[in-house]
Amino acid sequence: MIAEFGSFALILALAFAVAQFGLSAGARIRRSTVLAAAGEGAAVASFACVAIAFACLLHAFITSDFSVANVAQNSHTEKPLLYKVAGAWGSHEGSILLWCLILTGYGAAAATLGRGLPKGLKALMVATQGALGTVFLAYTVFASNPLARLVGDKMPVEGASLNPLLQDPALAIHPPFLYSGYVGMSVVFSLAVAALIEGRVDAAWARWVRPWALAAWSFLTVGITLGAFWAYYELGWGGWWFWDPVENASFMPWLMATALLHSAIVTEKRGALAGWSLFLALGAFTFSMLGAFLVRSGVLTSVHSFAVDPKRGVLLLIILGVTAGSGFTLFAWRAPKLAPGGVFAPVSRESALVLNNVLLAAATTAVMLGTLYPLIREALTGAAISVGPGFFNIAFAPLMAVLAIILPAGPLLAWKRGDLQGVGQRLWVAALIAVGCGLLTYAFVSPRKALGALGIAIGVWLITGAAVEILERTRAFRVPAADSWRRLTGLPRGAWGMTLAHLGLGVFVLGACFELGWKAEAAEALPLGGSLNVAGYHLTLETVGPVDGPNFDAERAMIRVSKDGKPVCTGEPDRRFYPAGGQTISGIALCYRGASHLYMVLGERRRTTAGTPVWLIRAYWNPWASLIFLGPVIMALGGLTSLSDRRMRLGVARKRKQEQPA
Amino acid sequence: MKWRALAAMAAGVLCIAAASDPADRLPDPAQEARARHIMQDVRCLVCQNESIDDSEAELAGDLRRTVREQVKAGHSDADIKHYLVDRYGEFILLTPAFSWMNLLLWGGPFAVVALGAGLLVTRVRNRPGDAELSPEEAERVRRLSETDAA
Repeated sequence: MIAEFGSFALILALAFAVAQFGLSAGARIRRSTVLAAAGEGAAVASFACVAIAFACLLHAFITSDFSVANVAQNSHTEKPLLYKVAGAWGSHEGSILLWCLILTGYGAAAATLGRGLPKGLKALMVATQGALGTVFLAYTVFASNPLARLVGDKMPVEGASLNPLLQDPALAIHPPFLYSGYVGMSVVFSLAVAALIEGRVDAAWARWVRPWALAAWSFLTVGITLGAFWAYYELGWGGWWFWDPVENASFMPWLMATALLHSAIVTEKRGALAGWSLFLALGAFTFSMLGAFLVRSGVLTSVHSFAVDPKRGVLLLIILGVTAGSGFTLFAWRAPKLAPGGVFAPVSRESALVLNNVLLAAATTAVMLGTLYPLIREALTGAAISVGPGFFNIAFAPLMAVLAIILPAGPLLAWKRGDLQGVGQRLWVAALIAVGCGLLTYAFVSPRKALGALGIAIGVWLITGAAVEILERTRAFRVPAADSWRRLTGLPRGAWGMTLAHLGLGVFVLGACFELGWKAEAAEALPLGGSLNVAGYHLTLETVGPVDGPNFDAERAMIRVSKDGKPVCTGEPDRRFYPAGGQTISGIALCYRGASHLYMVLGERRRTTAGTPVWLIRAYWNPWASLIFLGPVIMALGGLTSLSDRRMRLGVARKRKQEQPA
Repeated sequence: MKWRALAAMAAGVLCIAAASDPADRLPDPAQEARARHIMQDVRCLVCQNESIDDSEAELAGDLRRTVREQVKAGHSDADIKHYLVDRYGEFILLTPAFSWMNLLLWGGPFAVVALGAGLLVTRVRNRPGDAELSPEEAERVRRLSETDAA
């Protein structure tokens, strides 16, 4: 009964989305505030209905209602509650419903929050959001209903369970974050479409786009980081990024959104780059949809392919083609008519931000070609090729390195006409520290690695650059300390946000370069009491015993770790067998040493020729690996700090105008 | 056909763990390191998207053995990769070749940089200088400032 209720709510949501589109479009055409209010109401109603449908799906998963096909295929009575809940978005149908929930949620938020927007622009934005809602809800209702009952077969006594690799806390919350990021770009897309139809893109538009882009970007950053962290400790090969198509699919919208955040600043402050900002706004959501399509259609083989359905992939491709196609057609038609923006000198903050955008666009191209070129090549010549980490190391990494090297100069340059010499005077100490750290790394960290040392220098450069940025703003050491302190506390949150984001990037670069450059690996088949050495640590296999998990049976090892004879920690990696799906999964153990990790994996059990049992133990020393995940968290924190800036709140501009005497 | 089945059986018995399996390791650490380096760039053909260095599939074990044997026999990295491509096609290498067929792939990102830099240069060069205002413009400025003051 509840499942049918949910299906009904879903159909109602679709009807409301259609109404939202029609009413809001009508509101713009007739300039009617009544119709506009009705359209906004429909947006909220559509969200409410999807929320009800989603609650019904959650109910079916929590109560293990196996008469619902999706629950029978993805759940199991013995699964812990968290994974029963996470199972709701672990499948294709469920994840698309989550997408719709977030899409209509953003639509409702945009309809209720955007009070300061011009009426015409807002009505068009709500209408576009309604059109997107219509498309995705229609797909859900007609092709991918997660609440459909099993037809024909008898109701199973037990479900087929969720892939055990996905039964993990980080991955349980990974899709909601990732989708909040992907779908957040829909508001940016709608604002771009609305601005193109209105034919007006100005500083105010850029100002309205920024909070949505910032929110989506922050969610996406957290989502990608959660995914990388999950891959790191769940897949058991010690890596965190493989340049896999699914990873790239989430990275492309992130790169586009990063570029948009920067170009929107230029549009807001100087009125320039309006067309380009629009292009990025359309591109960010297009890449989000492309990501969903690539992941859900299985068109590319990936190590993270879960819940794939090629038949429905075609439908998703059509949705992608129609949505992005209309957006970019509108762009090609209207963008050339936009007024050109302000002028700037070769050395200026505008130029620095344009350079940032050129490099980010090239990086996005690299990731896109790396992901899609095998398809293109196969379609054209029939020959299959693979594009793996080797390509990205050569094509992507240098672009990012150049970007990182120019980054600290950007915020110190003045708008319109900058002073390179002045920037040099402010940054030379930071540069000296960075080069010094690089040289020290090259000299003292063994084995000697020039590229690794360069990476360390770049990471330090970003961090010291962020520090210089704050020191400059507070005029530290040049005015009395109390004065500097007052300036520091008076800094706008937007400034803190930017500095935090740049600092986070530096922390990430530092961690990534150290980990990639100096990770160590050891593997041995150990009997009980046997030991192996990795990076100066001595690992002894103490015991191996059976464990009864809630929905798995496991063998768990106890490994004692010591260094120079002193005990350091113990690790308990296990090897789990999930009878519901018949899979075996390694559960790794991490021993934290400062920011570095000792990563332990328990492999299969064997017998020596003498008949004694031995276990394959793999251990990795991942130096500074925590920074890889900490860096993006700092970046996302920067995004949220910036979002909390008073300037970002919608309607502030209007209020200020009212306050001023006429 | 028969040798394949035999090979698969042997692989099934000998090789279930990934590249780090101590049982398969070459005695010379330098050679082993070189073999591992090559393996990281060789795709496991039956896996979803893994190198043979990471994969636990049987076929990956087969390929690892091939690579180790060839390293042991003293073949160069290029020779070994060439041998694998001859046998299994370009698909097997995770880093695509620098070839005319892959021009778009390798050249694309750098073309975008060149294009973007070119546009930036033209834009900055063609910017109108801070020239004197024309009489009409000066008049407009005067009128605007008067309206503001009023």
